[in-house]
Amino acid sequence: MNRFSYARPDDLAEAVQASAAQAGNRVIAGGTNLIDLMKYNVERPAHLIDITRLPGLDRIEPTPNGGLRIGALVTNSTVAYDDRIAARYKLLASAILAGASPQLRNAATTGGNLLQRTRCYYFYDSATACNKREPGSGCPAIGGLNRIHAILGTSEHCIATHPSDMCVALAALAATVHVTGPTGDRAIPFADFHRLPGDRPDRDTTLEHGEIVTAVELPPESFTTHHTYLKLRDRLSYAFALVSVAAALDLDGDTVRTARIALGGVAHKPWRIPAAEDALSGQPATAESFARAAETLLSGAQGRGHNDFKIGLARQAILRALQQAAAGTPQSQTDKRIR
Amino acid sequence: MSTTIETHVGSPRRRVDGRLKVTGAARYAGEVAAPGLLHGYVVSGMIAKGRITAIDTAAAEAVPGVVKIFTHANRPNVPGGDADYQDMVAPPGQPFRPLFNDRILYSGQPVALVVAEDFGTARHAASLVNVRIEAEPHETDLDRLRESAYVPPEKREGIAPPPEPRGNADAAFAASPMRVQNEYRIASEHHNPMEPHASTVIWEGGGRITVHDKIQGVKNSHDYITAVFGLPPDDVRVISPFVGGAFGIGLRPQYQLFLAVMAALDLERSVRVELTREQMFTFGYRPGTINAVAVGANPDGKLQAIRHAAVAGTSSFEEYQEVVVNWSGLLYHCDNIALNYRIARLDTYTPADMRAPGAPLGVFAIESAIDELSYALKIDPLELRLNNYADTDENAGKPFSSRELRAACRQGAERFGWSKRQPEPRSMRAGRELVGWGMATGIWEAMMMPHSARATLTADGKLELACATADIGTGTYTILTQIAADSLGLRMEDVTTRLGDTSLPEAPVEGGSWTAASAGSAVHLACEKLRQTLFQHARGMNASPLANASFEHVQFRDGRIDLRTAPSEGVSIVDVLRAAGLDRIEEQETAAPNAETKAKFSQYTHSAVFAEVRVDEQLGVVRVTRIVDAVAAGKIINPKTARSQIIGGVVFGLGMALHEESMLDHKLGRFMNRNLAEYHVPANADVPEIDVIFVDEHDDKANPLGVKGLGEIGIVGTAAAIANAIFHATGKRVRSLPITIDKLIE
Repeated sequence: MNRFSYARPDDLAEAVQASAAQAGNRVIAGGTNLIDLMKYNVERPAHLIDITRLPGLDRIEPTPNGGLRIGALVTNSTVAYDDRIAARYKLLASAILAGASPQLRNAATTGGNLLQRTRCYYFYDSATACNKREPGSGCPAIGGLNRIHAILGTSEHCIATHPSDMCVALAALAATVHVTGPTGDRAIPFADFHRLPGDRPDRDTTLEHGEIVTAVELPPESFTTHHTYLKLRDRLSYAFALVSVAAALDLDGDTVRTARIALGGVAHKPWRIPAAEDALSGQPATAESFARAAETLLSGAQGRGHNDFKIGLARQAILRALQQAAAGTPQSQTDKRIR
Repeated sequence: MSTTIETHVGSPRRRVDGRLKVTGAARYAGEVAAPGLLHGYVVSGMIAKGRITAIDTAAAEAVPGVVKIFTHANRPNVPGGDADYQDMVAPPGQPFRPLFNDRILYSGQPVALVVAEDFGTARHAASLVNVRIEAEPHETDLDRLRESAYVPPEKREGIAPPPEPRGNADAAFAASPMRVQNEYRIASEHHNPMEPHASTVIWEGGGRITVHDKIQGVKNSHDYITAVFGLPPDDVRVISPFVGGAFGIGLRPQYQLFLAVMAALDLERSVRVELTREQMFTFGYRPGTINAVAVGANPDGKLQAIRHAAVAGTSSFEEYQEVVVNWSGLLYHCDNIALNYRIARLDTYTPADMRAPGAPLGVFAIESAIDELSYALKIDPLELRLNNYADTDENAGKPFSSRELRAACRQGAERFGWSKRQPEPRSMRAGRELVGWGMATGIWEAMMMPHSARATLTADGKLELACATADIGTGTYTILTQIAADSLGLRMEDVTTRLGDTSLPEAPVEGGSWTAASAGSAVHLACEKLRQTLFQHARGMNASPLANASFEHVQFRDGRIDLRTAPSEGVSIVDVLRAAGLDRIEEQETAAPNAETKAKFSQYTHSAVFAEVRVDEQLGVVRVTRIVDAVAAGKIINPKTARSQIIGGVVFGLGMALHEESMLDHKLGRFMNRNLAEYHVPANADVPEIDVIFVDEHDDKANPLGVKGLGEIGIVGTAAAIANAIFHATGKRVRSLPITIDKLIE
């Protein structure tokens, strides 16, 4: 771990200014991922900007259009157990509770969850090559241990996955990320917030230099009745997803009106294919329809050896998740029996 | 007239050290404070094999607060020769010597120690040390070295090599009407105790040091330090009263001990070296093992042949050995047996004993093969085992000192409800899930080692016990206290037990499940002697009511010595000491195994493990929903801590079955999942209700107490039972542990 300077600005403008001042500066909130990465010498920030005391970012507030705005500093636990979230955005609450441990969820923030970095073994090992850590150095996961790696949207430079559960639900809910930066405020559709690795795997998101996440906005449409978050992993709790599915349906009787499907554990970002969702509209909520959606979602999936199984697993998981959502029997995150 | 005496031995008792632990008052090796304490941080090399060509420490040395950076190039001269690095449990070969020279023997090898005034400075400076290593070709893939594996020419002390073949296994197998022949694999595992390794060396001045070390036996660290650094034995005291889990990785002195002592002696200051979680993956591990097993039987289920050959990895510098295949010759009666164990040299650190070293690996193989045979024969797996029950140790040609495995099988089956099992695979369901019931047996040696213990009774009627052995969380403090309290008729609160200190009566490492039998027997003997001494003093008192009594006629109860026939007639032990003018009575005894009994009888603990799993077949998700483990382990001193030992072992077995795997990247020659997020041990959600049964087993031969040890037996049959249950549920036989989702949906 390197030595760094530390500041705790009083207002957002000051924080943005500090964040933009130098490339090596890092914003810290819950620190559940950044501190780990610093201990591994993967992150070596020159300067830490602690935003945990910034005013106004720790609230969940209704929006004029009937949605909710979650401040960037609201902890994962607070979101999951907020009455409004737990009543309406059950998919989001469920996804959060599928991740990490209570202790981590108590510390981790909404903004930080969006920015957590991959669990790729090679990314964490600063003695190996890694294009995400050191652009141009190579990717030992290709041809190495890649059981936990991506099958969709990979590049020859990187096959890492995005590790968040919460983000998979936010992708399905079509949330909006609010950010502020040196050039002002922006609203980024969730689908555009995380990026595919391409030839710049060092960039996880489309945040510009100096920008800080201020809030995540949930649209009014909450899919309260027909949803599920199904997570498959190497043990029944406290493990990152091999494959996860956030599914949300709006049904008219047995016919799908609207569908949302996002996958976790399979790509560099929560994986959504609008065409697969659109094709479900007007279709009967049956295994056949769901299987077609799975095919579209997984089109072009490519295994790298150890992770070949993820393609078949993802297909089964999509089917099951859509069945759970259609039946109105979402996956419990405490009863580990899969519905 | 007779009264029922509630004894501590045999009754569930809370841990006497429980309060210290839950309040944080128990101090561990990395927590001990000392004035002017310096902190060392280890720089790990990250090449599997090669030569250090340069170490640039300039940037690190420039950091304010850095005191010294030790490398192979500048380390102080160490007087000890090659052989002085040996320790009490070292396998044959040359133990690893930290900072010895420029050779790199494995990935993660310590290549420098940065010592600074505080931990943060040391850690920061360590990140600035630049090590250049010229890499040479390495090999860490056991599969590729399988053909070069060899029978270790020099045997590891305490590890029985496979017995000589019996009959003709090849011919008998070929002639068997029913045959099962397969390969069974277990992944490498790391111990991952909660407490990382740490050594705090207190500089006492004048070349004397007190060492707080994470170790399962202070004598091992002491003798290692004095030999390697050429120190007089009395100048080194090693203390380790509490160990935050070890599971075998605390048996041998590890490199942080060497580095901390080296730095303290050189700088003449107190030094602590504590390893990171990641560095806990840079020394011993349970070696990945490949078992080839063949079993042949008649159609009636009588076993005709067993062949079991195992190959496991060792390092390039030591020939690690453990007992993997011998169990196959012990569990069943069979006239034609061939067992073989070979090792191959990998460019990793030397593997280390890990909870029941070898046993769950070999037992997974043989108990899977027997299970497969049961389906081929259409005979219930439990019946097949009982039909081939070995009444004697056919490996050694000796009777067992006791063997209630049959009772364990029957009682376990009864509790589990085994008779309701549908024999066909895939025939039991609960909703969407397939249900599977599987079982396996387990076995572990019941050992005893020479231990000394001291019992000191003081004028206030309090007793202090002292023994150098370790309590690694098993409950040793508690059971020794129980034994002594019963012996002298005291309350447990009146007994204080001191462990883990080289200034106390000698004990070897704590391991192999031998501590209850060994330290317990030593305490028993010391207390017995103390009783005799007390009795003599009691008889000699003026007008003693016991003047004409013989020892057999008195009882020690409630702090008194009374006539058995007239419990109100006697004296209090406080009065005995007062009358004798003594402020204390101290007795020390040594307990050792009886060589004659050992020569005549084989001594083992046994278990029968029954597991229920539920499998979502489409998604490959396994839930273990129930485990019954029936254990025959002689006398149970404390059913509460005993149950905890078995539960812990079963959870270990569950991890072996479903989760644990240290993943080597063979191109890099390095374990890659070096943290507890990616190295999966079972979480609470994975662990079902575990029902532990202790089968009555009387053993008057194993040791004076009749106890056989519990630390290892819980793990041994568990992985096989779960794997067998998964087959019963799904009809899919997975012969490679851990059984992860990918292996089930393939």
